[in-house]
Amino acid sequence: MHTFAILVLGAPVSSQSVHTAYEFARAALAAGHRIERVFFYHDGVLCGNQLQIAAGGERALPVQWSELAGAHGVDLVVCVASALKRGVVDEAEARRYGKAAGNLQDGFELSGLGQWVDACLKADRVITFGP
Amino acid sequence: MSKRFLIVCRQPPYGSSFAREALDMALACAAFEQRVALLFLGDGVLQLAGAQQAEAIGQKPLDKQLGALPLYDVDALYADADALAARGLSDTTLALPVQALDGAGIRALLTEQDIVLGF
Repeated sequence: MHTFAILVLGAPVSSQSVHTAYEFARAALAAGHRIERVFFYHDGVLCGNQLQIAAGGERALPVQWSELAGAHGVDLVVCVASALKRGVVDEAEARRYGKAAGNLQDGFELSGLGQWVDACLKADRVITFGP
Repeated sequence: MSKRFLIVCRQPPYGSSFAREALDMALACAAFEQRVALLFLGDGVLQLAGAQQAEAIGQKPLDKQLGALPLYDVDALYADADALAARGLSDTTLALPVQALDGAGIRALLTEQDIVLGF
């Protein structure tokens, strides 16, 4: 049994790496491994945008991540510095910056790079997806 | 607790924000008292070129920001010697001192690390 820290850099839809990261996480959990944290950085923060609408009635990737994390107690952390620049905000940040609403998918949280370093220290396997 | 982090930079300094965000990652790792080294490969070595005039394209010059690394005690900077030579970069045209490595040197560097993060 291994403990993974997963870094997601790619943009959803534009980059296949985001879906690959999701499938990897699913397979790792199914095989009995633990995921300490998934950290979304760079364009990967767009995975936390709950306004995404998948074509053809499929569930959008943020919802799939959220369900997977909820079922297995996985931390989904979106880098706050990368996210604000790309328009992904929770309710508190939306209020702070005078925006009409937050758009962070339930099950994700905004936090800093310290959360990623912390995950790297606790994990025995670190894997990056993207660009 | 401290681990050895290697940030691998393969993208050119402009055109995407990968170079900037890789640098932010390196600085964050250093701020949390990790041992950090940077390895520049391929077009990533262009990040090291001196006298960048990024203001002309509405950006901040990356070479100036890389200059902040020693302030965070990050002075382990490595670059692929062949990539430097192929792009006409040498000690006189680089913004800051780096150690040029051949293939065997790069392999040795990679095996010394606990964590490798590729950008």
